[in-house]
Amino acid sequence: MASKRLDIPRQPMPEQPPEERIHNFDEVPLGYTPEQAVLEASRCLECKKPSCVQGCPVQVDIPGFIRLIREGKFEEAARKIMETNMLPAVCGRVCPQETQCEVVCVLAKRGEPVAIGRLERFAADWEREKGQHEKPQVRPPTGKKVAIIGSGPAGLTCAADLARLGHDVTIFEALHEFGGVLVYGIPEFRLPKRILKYEVERLKEMGVKLEKNAVIGKLATIEELMKEEGFDAVFIGTGAGLPLFMGIPGENLLGVYSANEFLTRSNLMRAYEFGTTDTPIARGKRVMVVGGGNVAMDAARTALRLGAERVILAYRRSREEMPARAEEIHHAEEEGIEFHLLTVPVAFLGDERGWLRAAVMQKMELGEPDESGRRRPVPIEGSEYEEPIDVAVIAIGTSANPLIRDTTPGLEVNRRGYIVIDPNTGATNIPGVYAGGDIVTGSATVIEAMGAGRRAAAAIHEYLTGEKMSTVQAQDTEKTAK
Amino acid sequence: MNEIVAKEEIAPNTYRMEIRHPRIAKKRKAGQFVILRPHEGGERIPLTLVGSDPEDGTITLIFQAVGHSTRELAALEVGDVVPDLAGPLGRPTHIENYGTACVIGGGYGTAPVLPIAQALKDAGNDLIGIIGARTKDLVILEKELGALCSRLEVATDDGSYGHHGLVTDVLRKLLDEGVKIDFVLAVGPTPMMKAVADLTRQYGIPTMVSLNPIMVDGTGMCGGCRVEVGGETKFACVDGPEFDAHQVNFDLLAKRQATYKAEEQQAAQVEPHCKIGLDR
Repeated sequence: MASKRLDIPRQPMPEQPPEERIHNFDEVPLGYTPEQAVLEASRCLECKKPSCVQGCPVQVDIPGFIRLIREGKFEEAARKIMETNMLPAVCGRVCPQETQCEVVCVLAKRGEPVAIGRLERFAADWEREKGQHEKPQVRPPTGKKVAIIGSGPAGLTCAADLARLGHDVTIFEALHEFGGVLVYGIPEFRLPKRILKYEVERLKEMGVKLEKNAVIGKLATIEELMKEEGFDAVFIGTGAGLPLFMGIPGENLLGVYSANEFLTRSNLMRAYEFGTTDTPIARGKRVMVVGGGNVAMDAARTALRLGAERVILAYRRSREEMPARAEEIHHAEEEGIEFHLLTVPVAFLGDERGWLRAAVMQKMELGEPDESGRRRPVPIEGSEYEEPIDVAVIAIGTSANPLIRDTTPGLEVNRRGYIVIDPNTGATNIPGVYAGGDIVTGSATVIEAMGAGRRAAAAIHEYLTGEKMSTVQAQDTEKTAK
Repeated sequence: MNEIVAKEEIAPNTYRMEIRHPRIAKKRKAGQFVILRPHEGGERIPLTLVGSDPEDGTITLIFQAVGHSTRELAALEVGDVVPDLAGPLGRPTHIENYGTACVIGGGYGTAPVLPIAQALKDAGNDLIGIIGARTKDLVILEKELGALCSRLEVATDDGSYGHHGLVTDVLRKLLDEGVKIDFVLAVGPTPMMKAVADLTRQYGIPTMVSLNPIMVDGTGMCGGCRVEVGGETKFACVDGPEFDAHQVNFDLLAKRQATYKAEEQQAAQVEPHCKIGLDR
C-alpha cells in the first residue's frame, strides 16, 4: 500500500492560462475536482507523529482532515479544519504552506510533499458551495466582554476562538469592509472577496458582533472601551501602518504610489471597475513595482490587469533573496512581469505637469551578508540608466500605525513604534490588553497573524476565567469521545 | 446611526448637513474630519467636522457639490442613511491663547474655520475674521463667524460684496494699519493658503493651514495623503491635517490634488446615483 501511495505524483491544480487571466480579476487557480482531491489525499502517509501539524502556526489536524478527504467525507474534512481554523478557504489560498506545513512533510524529503494547502482549500470550498451549512458550536456565555481592534487575520482568529469559548466579542474595524489586509491588500484574483465574506459571516453566526467604520483610538480609546463600555479585555490587531518610501528625489510625483494605496484603490475601492465604482486609479502603460515580496507581486499583477503594456519589477537583490512565495513569483513570471534584479531606482523624473515619466535606475551587486543574513546589495558606480515609466508602485514595507500607541498612555512600544508583547501570550504591559499581527511584528504573513490571534485568545480566556486552554481541549476531546 | 436629520443649501451648490452619529458628536474636537461614502461603490470622501451637538448626537458637515462624489452626497435627503461614516479623524487643532488670532476662510474652506475659531475664542483669543469668496452669493457663515469675531471682513473676487479683492489684500491692509496679529489660521483653496503663508512669513506671524490632499483610508495605512512639510514627507490623515503654513510645499500639494482630473471629468458626465434605481 505504502509503495503504491508513493507512486502517485503530487496533483497539480488547474489554473486559468496566463494569456487569459491577465485580462480579468478572476481567481487564477481553479481548485481540485473531487477525484483529484481524493487522489492527492491518498498520498498522505498519516505519520504517527505528524510534523506538518507542528509546522502549522494554528496547528490544524492535517492528517485528520486529509484522511476524511480520502474517505470522500469532504464536509467533515472542512469541519475538522475549522476546529482550529475558522478561515480555511482563506488559508488554503494565502498561507505559505511551502515554508510551514509542507516543507516538513515526510514526503518532501524524497520528493514532493502532500499538497496540504490545495486540499485545505478544496475542503473549505466544498463546504461553502455544497455543504449542509451547520451553525458553529459555541460554549455557554461567560458574561465576559472582549473588544477586538481590527478585523484582519489576527483579529478574526482571536474573535473566533473567544466566541467559541463563550465570550461576548465585538470586532471594531476602521474601514467600511471587514477583513483588513485580506480585503484591501490581497487582490481578488488571489482571494475572491465573496469567500472572505462567507467566512466573516460564520463569525456572526457564532455571536461575534462586527462594527465597521469604527476607528479605535479616535472614536473611543482603549481606556474608554474598558472603563466606560465595559470590555474586560482588548486585543489589538490593527495591522500594517504607513508605507515606507525610499526617500529618493521625485517620490511625490503624480503616478508614484505606495503599494498600500495602489492595492487599496484596486481591491477595497474596486477601482478596476471605475465607472461602476467611483474611485479612480492611474492606469499606467509602463509600470514599475519596487520590491520583492508578496505585496510587490500583487501590485505588479494588478497593474497588468489594469491594462499595463509592460510591468517591470525592480528588486535590489537577486532572486534567491526575494521574500515572495515561490508560487507568487512563478505566477508573476508566467504573466510576463519583467524581473529587473539587482536594480533599484535612485530618482524619479517628472514632466512639466508633475507626472512621473521615468526612473533613474542603478545596478547593484551583492556584497557581504548584512544583519538579515542576506548578502547586502552594493551600488555599482556609473551604472545608472533611465527607464521610461508612467506609474511606479513602492512595495518595500510599512511602519507602525500610530493611532493606538498615541492614544493609549503607558502602552509599551519598541523604538520603531511596534507594540511590545509577551511572545507566549500576546500580553502587553497593560493588564487585559493583548496584541498580535503586524502591529507587533511589522510586515509578516496572514497565518503568522492568525497564530498570534490564537495565542492571545488562549491567554485572554485564561485571564478572564482562570481556565487554561489545555483544560478546554481535554474537555472537548472527552466530549467528542462520548 | 448615520441618518441625515437636516439638510440645507446655504449657498449655490453648497450644503449643510446634520447627520446622527452620537459617538462622533461626543468625541470630535476642532480641526478633525470624517470620511464618508455616499453609497455602496462610492469614494471615501474626507470632510471637516464643522460642529456637533453632543446632546442631540448629531454632527454638522458643510460641503460644496463640486465633483461626482460630493454631488452624490448632495443627492441624499433628510431621512436617508449615509452607508459609511468614520471619524473623528486627524489630530485636533492645537489651541492656545495667542492674543489676537486672525482666522481666514476661502470659499467653502470657511466651514472648517468655524469650529477652530470657536475653540480659539474659548481659549481667550481676540478674533479677527476674514472671509473670501468668488462672489457675494458664495459667502458663507458670515453671521456665525461674525458672532465670534470682534472684527469680520469679507472680500469678494468680483467686488459684489465687501472688499473687492483677495483675503490677502485685506490681511495686508490690516497689518499695514498696524493691527497686531499674533497667529493666523487659514483654510481654503491651495493658492489662497499659499498666498497667506507668503504674506505672513514676511511679517513673521505663526500661521497654520488645514490641508485637504487626496485621501483614501484616512487612518494611516495607504499613504496617499502625503504632503511635504519642511522638506519631509508627512501624512495629512495622521500627522495633520493642520501644518505650519510656512513649511508646506503648496506647489506639490496643488499638483497632487489634480492627479485624477481626467477621471473626475469622466465621472462628471455621469448622473448621481438614482436613489430608487435598480442598482441599489
